[in-house]
Amino acid sequence: METRLISGLEARLRAARAQAAGAWQSYLVWWRERMTKRELFYRHTGMVRALHWINALCLLVMLMSGLQIFNAHPALYWGQISNFDHPFVSLFGEQDNAGHIVKGVTQIGHWQFNTTGLFGASYEDGQLTARGFPDWVTLPGPQWLAMGRLWHFFFAWILVINGLAFITYALVKQHAQKDLFPTRADIRHIGREILDHLRLRFPKGEAAKRYNALQKIAYFTVIFVLGPLIVLTGLTMSPTMDSVFPGLLWVFGGRQSARTIHFICAFSFLGFFIIHIVMVVLSGTWNNLRSMITGWYAIEPDEKETSHG
Amino acid sequence: MADANRGTRRGFLGAAAAGAGTLLLSGCRGLSETHWFPKVLDSAEGLTKRIQRLFAGSWSLAPEYSKADLSPVFKANGTLNPGTTAYNMAAADNFRDWRIPVSGLVKNPFVMSLNDLRAFPSRTQITRHDCVEGWSCIGEWTGAPLRLILDKADPLPKARYVVFYCADPMSDNGDYYYESLDLIEACHPQTILAYEMNGQPLAIPHGAPVRLRCERQLGYKHAKYVERIELVESFAHINGGKGGYWEDQGYTWWAGI
Repeated sequence: METRLISGLEARLRAARAQAAGAWQSYLVWWRERMTKRELFYRHTGMVRALHWINALCLLVMLMSGLQIFNAHPALYWGQISNFDHPFVSLFGEQDNAGHIVKGVTQIGHWQFNTTGLFGASYEDGQLTARGFPDWVTLPGPQWLAMGRLWHFFFAWILVINGLAFITYALVKQHAQKDLFPTRADIRHIGREILDHLRLRFPKGEAAKRYNALQKIAYFTVIFVLGPLIVLTGLTMSPTMDSVFPGLLWVFGGRQSARTIHFICAFSFLGFFIIHIVMVVLSGTWNNLRSMITGWYAIEPDEKETSHG
Repeated sequence: MADANRGTRRGFLGAAAAGAGTLLLSGCRGLSETHWFPKVLDSAEGLTKRIQRLFAGSWSLAPEYSKADLSPVFKANGTLNPGTTAYNMAAADNFRDWRIPVSGLVKNPFVMSLNDLRAFPSRTQITRHDCVEGWSCIGEWTGAPLRLILDKADPLPKARYVVFYCADPMSDNGDYYYESLDLIEACHPQTILAYEMNGQPLAIPHGAPVRLRCERQLGYKHAKYVERIELVESFAHINGGKGGYWEDQGYTWWAGI
């Protein structure tokens, strides 16, 4: 009985080993074939990669220190002045009779939402405290307007210098004209591309070397529309800059409107950032990351293009 | 097996992201509390000031508004009433005996009564007040251009800053509100010592009897309850040495942004 059991077990082990070796063998064959079939494509130049990561760091610091500054007066208005009784958006904490904060409220126009723990009132060292955004998204964490401003205005300079460097580089090297500006053909194919994106069907082969229409529109809007808009609305909040360029107030409809647009731009950046990260993950995290670190992007062969499909 | 691997990989990535996030946040908080890092961040203040001054010079005017634009309620911020015995007595007497000495690095130090201040040619301006917190109100201010007062005092060549000492105590330790402007901002045509707001004598929450208006700067520069003016070469020896009460608490001296 015992020997039969051992030999039975051994046989199974042997079979499993053979299977594993076979699997490993076939995996190696598949990997080698994939490596030889796929093409490494130099996608991002060193300059673009460096500017991309500096920009990413700056935007993160700007968003979080901006929320810190916003928390000093967590309400938005339209026009020149703050009409304190009728904010456009307001995040506030509600007190009970004893003066304890019991509820966080988000008010948008006439609507009020209970957002306790997230907006209006959130937990700071276990204590429900009135604050616009919670301390885990503001920089620095605790309420500290002076320090938030120091961070914001230091990184604002780096962001602007970095952004101008990118725009100059992209225009001079024709990167913007060739890769970023949407063409007529891009606009024509946009319907199909939206469908492809929704089906998570990403381009292969030659098509993967170019940005598709949706990418171009997204990058173009962020770099050439949202970027300048957030800088200009930021400058409109500066009383000294308003004395130099009063036209800014006219363009944005007042200092408080500019502050509101600045806020909307910041959240548009956040929206872009989230979609950008999701697309990076869905279309190949490591390949995308590698291409933004080393420059090299692997192109999967398009089965339709190659004869030996 | 692959699914299990994927699970742990995803778990690892999630944990790594959360860990990196926590590290980043606590790192930023830690950096903010060091002695040196805020100084690095503050190096941008000088750049901002120089570039803004390059554009604004000594002459660019803050936008002025019409009476229709006035804020229905102008928010009073900071000290709403100094509440000291001396101030209460002065207020009860309608500030009749309020005197503002102008001294320091000047050839002709003198003491102003409110009547002396009103005797200067006046300027009335409807301007927007921008608080560092983010809100704005529009008010009408009447007062004497600071430039005329400085002209009378005749600053010495060494004088670089005008310091405003105020009547409102900011703590129990004997520190009072104060602020400072450099001569460019002090001599700006819209920089006035205001004694009227919206056509009425300045109310106590807004700085009665006299407050500073310097319209190209944020609200904390607009010192209320002004009781003494001094011209100095440097403010390093005054209180916290940063040129103002809020500056001593970490706010930037340049309040143009």
